[in-house]
Amino acid sequence: MSRGGNSRAVSPGRVVAAPENHISADVIRAARSRRGFLKGGAAVAGAVAAVAGGRAFAQGAGAKPFEPPNVAPWTRALGAPVVALPYGVPSEFEANVVRRQSPGLTPQPQSSVSFTPLQNLFGIITPSGLHFERHHSGMPTIDPAQHRLMIHGMVRRPIVLTMDDILRFPSVSRIHFIECGANSGMEWANVAVPTVQYTHGMLACSEFTGVPLATLLDEVGYDKKNAKFVLAEGADGSALTRTIPLEFALNDVMVVYGQNGEMLRPENGYPLRLLVPGVQGVSSVKWLRRLEVGDKPWNTREESLHYIDLMPSGLHRQYSMVQEVKSVITTPSGGQMLQGKGYYEITGLAWSGRGKVRRVDVSTDGGRNWATARLQEPLLTKALTRFRFDWNWDGSPALLQSRAVDETGHVQPALPQLREVRGTRSIYHNNGIQTWQVNPNGEVWNVQVG
Amino acid sequence: MSRLARPMKSLLLLAGFIASTAGAQTTTATDAPRFGFGRTATAQEIAGWDIDVRPDGHGVRKGKGTVAQGQDIYDAQCASCHGTFGESNRYMAIAGGVKKEDLQAGRASALTKADGMRTVGTKLNSATTLWDYINRAMPWTNPQSLTVDQVYAVTAYVLHLNEIVPADFELNDGNLTKVPMPNRNGMTTQHGLSSVKGKPDVQGSSCMKDCVKEVKIVSTLPDFARNQHGNLAEQKRPMGPVRGIDTTRYEPGKSTVAAAPAAAAAGAPDAKKLIVNNSCTACHGIDNKIVGPSFREVGSKYQGRSDAEAYLVKKIKEGGQGNWGAVPMPPQPTLKDGDAKAIASWILGGAK
Repeated sequence: MSRGGNSRAVSPGRVVAAPENHISADVIRAARSRRGFLKGGAAVAGAVAAVAGGRAFAQGAGAKPFEPPNVAPWTRALGAPVVALPYGVPSEFEANVVRRQSPGLTPQPQSSVSFTPLQNLFGIITPSGLHFERHHSGMPTIDPAQHRLMIHGMVRRPIVLTMDDILRFPSVSRIHFIECGANSGMEWANVAVPTVQYTHGMLACSEFTGVPLATLLDEVGYDKKNAKFVLAEGADGSALTRTIPLEFALNDVMVVYGQNGEMLRPENGYPLRLLVPGVQGVSSVKWLRRLEVGDKPWNTREESLHYIDLMPSGLHRQYSMVQEVKSVITTPSGGQMLQGKGYYEITGLAWSGRGKVRRVDVSTDGGRNWATARLQEPLLTKALTRFRFDWNWDGSPALLQSRAVDETGHVQPALPQLREVRGTRSIYHNNGIQTWQVNPNGEVWNVQVG
Repeated sequence: MSRLARPMKSLLLLAGFIASTAGAQTTTATDAPRFGFGRTATAQEIAGWDIDVRPDGHGVRKGKGTVAQGQDIYDAQCASCHGTFGESNRYMAIAGGVKKEDLQAGRASALTKADGMRTVGTKLNSATTLWDYINRAMPWTNPQSLTVDQVYAVTAYVLHLNEIVPADFELNDGNLTKVPMPNRNGMTTQHGLSSVKGKPDVQGSSCMKDCVKEVKIVSTLPDFARNQHGNLAEQKRPMGPVRGIDTTRYEPGKSTVAAAPAAAAAGAPDAKKLIVNNSCTACHGIDNKIVGPSFREVGSKYQGRSDAEAYLVKKIKEGGQGNWGAVPMPPQPTLKDGDAKAIASWILGGAK
C-alpha cells in the first residue's frame, strides 16, 4: 500500500551546507581554518568507526547488524530536515496499518465500506486517517467557501449558514465513538471473516469539535410545541437523509467540523457533519447541507429499505438507532499468532450508546468462568473504553471472550441469546460476545460458541 | 403541493406559531436570535434544496407519469444496473417476491420465510420513499437529473414491476401517498433501540463462575476463507507480542510475497488510479461493458483518429450520449485537465 509522500530517500552521510551567511566573515574564517586543522584527525576517526559499526557490521560474530555494540547507520548520519513532510504521515514501516475493504461485500467501491484496523491500534482514539469509511454515492470534494448549511421547516427564522458563520458559534469538544449499525453484521448467522478489522472495524472514536445542535435550533427558533424530529441531509450524490428525534437532537447531537484537532477528513464529512453520539453511524450524516425541523419522521430510504432490522416474525424494526453495550478483544484476536507461552496482555475495547462502560469481564475458557478486567481512564460516555487483563498462556487451547456492562446495568449478551430473540437475518445491531480460539500452535481464529 | 407552494404553507404555519407562542420565549419581544449569524433563507432558496417527501404527503410535488413512460426511462437509464425486470441482485433487487395477497394484508409474506426475497418490493412500506430516493439519488452516476414527471414515471414503472399497479397506471401527486404497498404494515417502532431510554430486549448474563456446562464451538472459518481477505501477516504490525498469520499457505500456488505495486512514472498521473478515484470504474470496465463501454472498446474505436486524445479529453470532461447507446455519460467538471489527458492517453494506449 503506497503512502503518499513517504518515499523520500535520505542518503546517510549526506553533507548539507550550513547557513553560514548569518555570522560574521571573521567567525566563518576562523571556523574554516579550524575545520582544515581537524580534517586529518576526523578522517582517521571515521575509518575506525567504519570498522567498528559501519560497513563492517555484517561480519560481527553473532551480533545483529545494528545491535550493540554495533552502531546503526542512522546514528551516524544527518537525518532529514524539518518539514520534509509538511503534513506528517506514519513511518513507512507501518504500511500494514491501513483501512481495508472486505472482498465481495459490495459490488462498487463508491457505495461501500472500509474497515478500521483495530488489531493495530492503541488506546481509544482512532487516527483520523484510519477512521472507517462508509459512502453511499462516493466521497464528494466540497469547497468549504461554497458549502452552506440550511436550517428550515418548523422554525421562526429559516437560515443559511456559511462555514464562517458556523465557526463563530460557541463550540464544544467531546470524545465519542461512531459505530456503523451493520458492524459485526456479517457474523449474525455464522463466522464469515477472519480478523477484528472485519468483524468490528466499522468502529472509530475521535475527539469531535463543533456546535451543539440545540444551540442552532434555538437560534432559528424551532417550534417547541409541535416539532418532534429533525431531518439531516448530506450534500453528496446520495443526498443521504436520516430522521433525528428531538429527544436526541436536543440532548448531545453536534454539528461537527473538527476531528482530533484538525478539520474533518473528506472521507468523514469535510467540511461539516452531524454527530449523533451513541447512535448508529448512518445518523451522523456526513457533508451536512440541510436540517429540516418537522413533526413526523421521514421514512427515508435509509430508514425503510436499509438500516432496518428484520425479526423472525417478518416484521422489521424501524428507527433502530442506539448502539447497545458491546466489547471485543483486539489482542490477541483472529488471524494472529502468539509467539510462545508466557505472559500476554489481553486488551480490547468496550462501549455503549447508552452511556459509560461500568465493567468488562474476560473469559479464557469460552464463557465458563469470568474475571474482571482493568479499565483504562478516562471512562467517557458514549466513547470507547480500553480494557486490559493479565494472562499467562500455558500453551493449551483457549477461547477468549470479553463481556461489557454499561452504566444502565445492561450486560452484553452472548450470540445465542441474541439469536433467540432476533434470529439471524437482522444484519444490524449485532452486539454479541465475540470468541477468539487460541490453538496450541499459537494461532488465533474467529469462532462462535453455542 | 408544488415545490414552490411549500414556503407559503410554512409562512402560514409560522404566523400561527408566533401567535400561539408569543411570550413563551426567553428572547426579547422583537424575537431576535441570540447570535444573529448567517442570513435568512429565502423561499426560493428553500425550494431549491427542500426535496424531501414524507409518507403523509409533506413535500409531494405536483406532477405525473405513466408506467409506459417510466419503462422507456428505466430501460435507458436504470436497467443496465438493476436488470430489465428489476431482478438484478448486484444491488438490492428492485422487484420480486411480492404476492397478490400481500397487497391486501400489507405484510410481505416473503419476509416470514428464512430465504424469502428481500427486495424493494417486499421491504418498502411507502411509495413516497421510492419517489424521494429516485428523485434525490438516481441514476447513481447522475443524481438529481430527472424531471419531476420523469421521477413519477420511473416510480410507477418500478411499482408495476412489483405488480403493485397495473400496466396502464398513471402515478401523480394525488395518488402517490395512496399506493397500497405490500409491506406497509411490516414495520415496528416498538423496540428498545429507538430511544435513549429504550429497554434492551436481550440482557446478557452476569454469571462469573461455572456459567456453562459444556462449551461447544458451533461455527469456524472454513479453510478456503482464511486467505480471502488477503494475507493476514501483512495486516498486523510486525512487532509486539503477536504477529499476523501467514495465510497464503491456505491458497496453494500463491507466492508468499505480495507483489509490490508498480511505481508510477515520475510526474505522470497514474491513469489506473485516476479511473478508480474519479469513479469512472463505476460505469466502465477495463475489458468489460458495465453501464458504458469498456475502456478497451473506447480505445480501439478512436485509435485511428488524428485528434483522438483531444476528442476523448473533451468527451471525458463534458460527457455525452448516443455514441454508445442511450445511457448518458455525466460530465466530469471537477476532473483536472492533466488527469483527463492521462486517462485519454491510457485508453488510447490500449488501457493496460
